[in-house]
Amino acid sequence: MSQLAERPPRKSVRKGSPPAATTRPARRPGQTLARWRRDRLLLLLAAPGVLVVLVFHYLPLLGNVIAFKGYLPFLTIAESPWVGLDNFQVIFSGDPLFVNALTNTLIITLIQVLFVFPLPLALALLLNEVISERLKRIVQSVLYMPHFLSWVIVVALFQQILGNAGMVNTLLREHDMTTFSIIGVPELFEVLITSQVIWKDTGWGTIIFLAAISRVDTSLYEAAAMDGAGALRRMWHVTLPAIRSVFILLLILRLGDALTVGFEQIILQQGAVGATASEVLDTYVYNHGIVGGNWGQAAAVGLTKGVISVLLVLGANTLAHKFGERGVYQK
Amino acid sequence: MRGLILTIGCAVVILPFLAVVSTSLATQEEVTENGGFVLLVREPTLASYQAILSGGVVTRALLISIIVTIAGTLLSLACTIGLAYALSRPGSLGSRPILLAVLFTMLFSPGMIPMYLVVKQLGLLDNLLALILPVLINAFNVIVMREFFLDIPDELMESARIDGANDLRILVRIVLPLSKAVISVIGLFYAVGYWNAFFNALLYISSPEKWPLQLVLRTYVVNETPMGVDQVSAGSDSLPPQLSIQMAILVISVVPILLVYPFLQKHFTKGLMIGAVKG
Repeated sequence: MSQLAERPPRKSVRKGSPPAATTRPARRPGQTLARWRRDRLLLLLAAPGVLVVLVFHYLPLLGNVIAFKGYLPFLTIAESPWVGLDNFQVIFSGDPLFVNALTNTLIITLIQVLFVFPLPLALALLLNEVISERLKRIVQSVLYMPHFLSWVIVVALFQQILGNAGMVNTLLREHDMTTFSIIGVPELFEVLITSQVIWKDTGWGTIIFLAAISRVDTSLYEAAAMDGAGALRRMWHVTLPAIRSVFILLLILRLGDALTVGFEQIILQQGAVGATASEVLDTYVYNHGIVGGNWGQAAAVGLTKGVISVLLVLGANTLAHKFGERGVYQK
Repeated sequence: MRGLILTIGCAVVILPFLAVVSTSLATQEEVTENGGFVLLVREPTLASYQAILSGGVVTRALLISIIVTIAGTLLSLACTIGLAYALSRPGSLGSRPILLAVLFTMLFSPGMIPMYLVVKQLGLLDNLLALILPVLINAFNVIVMREFFLDIPDELMESARIDGANDLRILVRIVLPLSKAVISVIGLFYAVGYWNAFFNALLYISSPEKWPLQLVLRTYVVNETPMGVDQVSAGSDSLPPQLSIQMAILVISVVPILLVYPFLQKHFTKGLMIGAVKG
């Protein structure tokens, strides 16, 4: 992090050094053939990657046509008959299973944006106050770690610790205290998955805030201290404004994912609590389409979800520009 | 107060692991005595590990996970380096549209059903390649690596070019040796991804004998399907406690992550920041 802060701003370095132009002349019309010959090795190097991106990112985009088709697994996509917007009926006619999935998704998103999203910032502010550099690094190492575990591992750990036969309840039972069950209880499903998300990713989320904090000009703190600002006021008037744009950037990205709430995490625990409490849009697409065989309808839901997500990011970004923030990309 | 919160935070992360490792090492008596979990094991035994690693379901899944992780990581790195390098040479043919096309994949995901259909049309269902090819390229990693390549002084490559080196030679002789740090981090990111892959395995792999470790973990630990003697291994008649076996599977799937974690940790903040600042 500190290395990054010390590095000179790259843009100006690049601008100040024109050698790029000497070895690789800027685009000149009519020279495509010459450029092709010059760059053929580069193109060859890029080819496998480009191929993968085309086949596994852009070809599936085309595959979304099955949202408008009556696809059956024994027909090819081309052979399947067009059905217009019929598959979108599940969305517009308010199919109860779909509405349930949508409602759950929105509730979970709301909970996560309100309660989970600000946590890394709070933790980063806490970590920032730790004076000893060594201690800070140890704490960071420990708190980042769960991010690298798979959801299967996290869910398994939670079950073993908090499950009805898990460690905590066993301990409580031994001491004749009332046990509590959080796993497999539909009413507590949101609490369960939220606490799992917090456990897994709060520490990891601090990285970006800590980096932003480390780049705050220290003379601002000194000036504020001279003017008699205490630690809390310095945090409020110096640190927080300085990292506002990072915060807003992450918020926009999170909002773009508003309709995506952990597929792996939820599908793993769906058996225990049932679909009513746990079905979200992604699990609906999986259960309704791949498991249930309603390919076209599931693809229609997936496509709508993807389009809305992109619109959400673009919309939130425009809003950020209106408020004078940089946003995800510049205008 | 701050110290207290941070201590509790660390304890919440560490204690579950302690319990899991201890239980995996416990004997039947100790498990029964504790009514389940063992926080600090008194007489550690490797019986559970011996049982699951002597040629049963877990051994096979472990091998599959290792193969997929190694092959996948190498392929991913090769493709990512090639793409990132081509995109980092200023003014190279087609680099702008390709860069935009790669960036765009970060914004829009094609959707589960079309993805499944593509994998199916390519004949990759129930093939271990389905765990590798769809996730071979991660746009974020390409961008991070490209940024790193852009930071290498142009003068180095220029002088090599004057000496008659072509792009491939420059990549191998100059760029790669200077990029060991970023290559190792991105490689580890890919490796962790392949090791943890659950979603793709669930979607594309149907025969149990091709299951990677994460699916075995889900079946026998999360869903608590009991393991019979034939699933565990051949030839041992007295099985270690079921709970210890489950915890041993859990430990085995965590250990590789814990082993690479310190190396990962050294570099990831820097790598992540490059991507975040530019992204």
